[in-house]
Amino acid sequence: MRRTVFPHKLLPWLLLAPQLAITLIFFYWPAAQAFRQSVLREDPFGLSSQFVGLANFRKVLNDPAYLNALQVTVVFSVLVAFFALGIALFLAVQAEKIIRGKGLYRTMMIWPYAVAPAIAGMLWLFMFNPSFGTLAWPLRQLGINWNPLLDGEQAMALVVAAATWKQISYNFLFFVAGLQAIPKSLLEAAAIDGASRRHAFWTIVFPLLAPTTFFLLVVNTVYALFDTFGIIHAVTGGGPGRSTETLVYKVYNDGFVNLIMGDSAAQSVILMVIVIALTAFQFRFIEKRVHYG
Amino acid sequence: MDNGTHSPLAARGAARTIAHLWMILGVIIVAFPVYYVFIASTHSVQTILRPPLPLLPGAEGYENYRAAFSGEIDRIGGVSLWRLLGNTTLIAVGIAVGKIVISMASAYAIVFFKFPFRMACFWLIFITLMLPVEVRIQPTYKVMVDLGLIDTYAGLILPLIASATATLLFRQFFMTIPDELLEAARVDGAGPWRFFKDILWPLSLTNVAAIFVIQFIYGWTQYLWPLLVTNSNEMNTIVIALKKMVSFADADTPWNLVMVTSVLAILPPILVVVLMQRWFVKGLVETEK
Amino acid sequence: MAHIQLNDLRKSYAGQEVIHGITMDISNGEFVVIVGPSGCGKSTLLRMVAGLEGISAGTISIGDRVVNDLEPRERDIAMVFQNYALYPHMSVRENMAYGLKIAKMPVAEIDARVAKAATMLELEPYLDRKPRALSGGQRQRVAMGRALVREPAAFLLDEPLSNLDAKLRVQMRLQIKELHQRTGQTTLYVTHDQVEAMTLADRLIVMNKGVAEQIATPHEVYTNPASEFVAGFIGSPAMNIFTVRAEAGVAVLPGGQRLPLPGLPASGEVRLGLRPEDMVLVEAGTPAIPVVLKSVEWLGADAFGYGVIEGSEVLMTLRLPGNTVAKRGDRLHVAAAEGRIHLFSPATGKRL
Repeated sequence: MRRTVFPHKLLPWLLLAPQLAITLIFFYWPAAQAFRQSVLREDPFGLSSQFVGLANFRKVLNDPAYLNALQVTVVFSVLVAFFALGIALFLAVQAEKIIRGKGLYRTMMIWPYAVAPAIAGMLWLFMFNPSFGTLAWPLRQLGINWNPLLDGEQAMALVVAAATWKQISYNFLFFVAGLQAIPKSLLEAAAIDGASRRHAFWTIVFPLLAPTTFFLLVVNTVYALFDTFGIIHAVTGGGPGRSTETLVYKVYNDGFVNLIMGDSAAQSVILMVIVIALTAFQFRFIEKRVHYG
Repeated sequence: MDNGTHSPLAARGAARTIAHLWMILGVIIVAFPVYYVFIASTHSVQTILRPPLPLLPGAEGYENYRAAFSGEIDRIGGVSLWRLLGNTTLIAVGIAVGKIVISMASAYAIVFFKFPFRMACFWLIFITLMLPVEVRIQPTYKVMVDLGLIDTYAGLILPLIASATATLLFRQFFMTIPDELLEAARVDGAGPWRFFKDILWPLSLTNVAAIFVIQFIYGWTQYLWPLLVTNSNEMNTIVIALKKMVSFADADTPWNLVMVTSVLAILPPILVVVLMQRWFVKGLVETEK
Repeated sequence: MAHIQLNDLRKSYAGQEVIHGITMDISNGEFVVIVGPSGCGKSTLLRMVAGLEGISAGTISIGDRVVNDLEPRERDIAMVFQNYALYPHMSVRENMAYGLKIAKMPVAEIDARVAKAATMLELEPYLDRKPRALSGGQRQRVAMGRALVREPAAFLLDEPLSNLDAKLRVQMRLQIKELHQRTGQTTLYVTHDQVEAMTLADRLIVMNKGVAEQIATPHEVYTNPASEFVAGFIGSPAMNIFTVRAEAGVAVLPGGQRLPLPGLPASGEVRLGLRPEDMVLVEAGTPAIPVVLKSVEWLGADAFGYGVIEGSEVLMTLRLPGNTVAKRGDRLHVAAAEGRIHLFSPATGKRL
């Protein structure tokens, strides 16, 4: 709290009004509706609805299609987070070894951040399109029966590649910042103590980078969960045969394509719980980070 | 990043050369998809459909772009390329400016005034972090229908301009303004508006630029929301239009024009990021604190 | 220019009173220094006059107006802050002109006033620089200039020199004194530094825990401190103050020695104050305080001896001549100079 403030009483409310109005109309009201609908079941014409308790949740959680989506989401998120973090860390370490030209490399690395997820997906599909993709062609020459539009695992590989590609820039910037924050004296001390570069990396740099890595892990998980909707929608449409249908894609699909309201709302509430858990985790961790400096 | 002092990790001799090679490989991987679509946009449909694609730009570039801008896209997508670019720019700028305006106003109220429920308002805004569109799709859509916002710019922009992150960032920045600066301004006779206009705004400019870049990208790359609240082709963003144009089963898809549209969908935000790199990096790193 | 009246001024935070009723008349052109230890309420008092803190009770008048409910800008005051609070994105010129611009003064008049202040403060070469391109002393002068151009009814300064190094502080102190003599502005100046307080003030307000312990000229405060607090706070090294027992006009010292003192009550305990510089060495045998030296600090022109009253643990500081040969372990006999004895009530701390 500041020591000095303006004495006006009405003005702050006027200043807050637009933001509050938008959050109430477009955030809180719909979120409350999602909760309400998740315990109701509507008849197919939407004319009446009745309270069904947790039945929608029970139904959703027993639905093999939902469990499949859950599994797809976990596999997808783990792969994306692992590759996006691993590649970005490796490149950030290489970038830090360099003295001249760092700025140029950075400029070249940050583009994908600006590419819409849906377009990122399409770019990868262009390259790996079974009929005319330039990079699909050598795969076929190698005797691989490449067709991500028919093969579930290949489809997953393609969306993971596109999602990873897009997230590398973000992670790269944060790892570079994290590496630059490591005190030079620590590495000099390690060098004088006789540690090899490789040894110094795993015993000093990597542990000191842990806060950045944890933070990015949460951010990448949220990204893989929510922001990749466009990739999946544009590239595979959840297919082939639900093999790339993630939780968010399923919410959309059930709510807008299949029009099953109660289920969609229950799924929304489950997603909300996941976001709240992740956010809480992130904030607990950020509080800790303050102590570690 | 080239700040003169060497990184503690800086390597010597061969190790540095190897690092350069890895970086070049990394850059190739990162940049290749964008390069690929650019090359494709300069070739004819026939060349595109006969892999492998040449690695250098073709001769049809000018013709492809001319055709795309002069009505060919209307024929495929039912709306002109100009309109798509205009829609997307309007939405991206609208979202970025809207977010800056309302989050600056809220942060200003929360930091520089004292009023009942001040912290309650702050938390109310803060908690929206946990309510992304994806978790409230269906009911939010219903609100849009009830308010008649389907297929309107307001519908595309308004629900996306509430911003907990931007409000947090401005709040954090405003709190670093020393009390004495506000006191000096008050003694000098400045009220809330003059203090904001003459002192706070000029001092906030780098933060505003940083948030603008991040939110412009956010607006430009929107997908789920425009997909939901637009039906008419006239209201499409370029990203949505591209998705509609790409029908991979259709042998008649004019791939050269799809590639041109892709390039135009990618290029503006890339230019913003690259040209405003300093603010972009600042915005990225600071909004996530 | 105007006189300022504080009338039973009080301030409470959440039911806790921190300024306990201060009454004072500051006449036109007077330089008043509010001095006290940190947390005594001196800045709060100044900020109440400025209008940056609300007033819980009492009134403040500037000129003939009661200003209690006026905004800072309506009070016709100017203020210099401890950290200067210069607008970082404005040049020196713009910083000084800002308040006048808001007051919609004609541009020619603004330029004239800024030029005049810049000349007075030797700031002309820096008018187009930003604050970050200035040294600490220059920033301080800009802050002064920003206040000067306003030509206000009263000039308020909140520890304006405490961010400067020692040498610059002395320089600026002289400059402030000179400015005041030149402009004749009514000035209220807050500091915790007693040297600043003593050298600058026409009158001092010595504050302690929200109470004005004494409001008087520096000379009066030094020679006739109104309370034990004032006595201990003003003067360096600090006054020696210890408890003695009065027995029929004779003081029984902490070591048991008996010393005839004028002005003592008939009986009971009393606090006796003696300034280090107010004591003289006397021959053994005359009534005196015997002090056993623990150490001697030689400063050149004079020296300070630190010791205890013989037979007790009560510390005594003595000012000794520069050519003293006294050393650790010596036993000195000291007596208070004529009329330099201060007696305080142990119960109230007030001067007897």
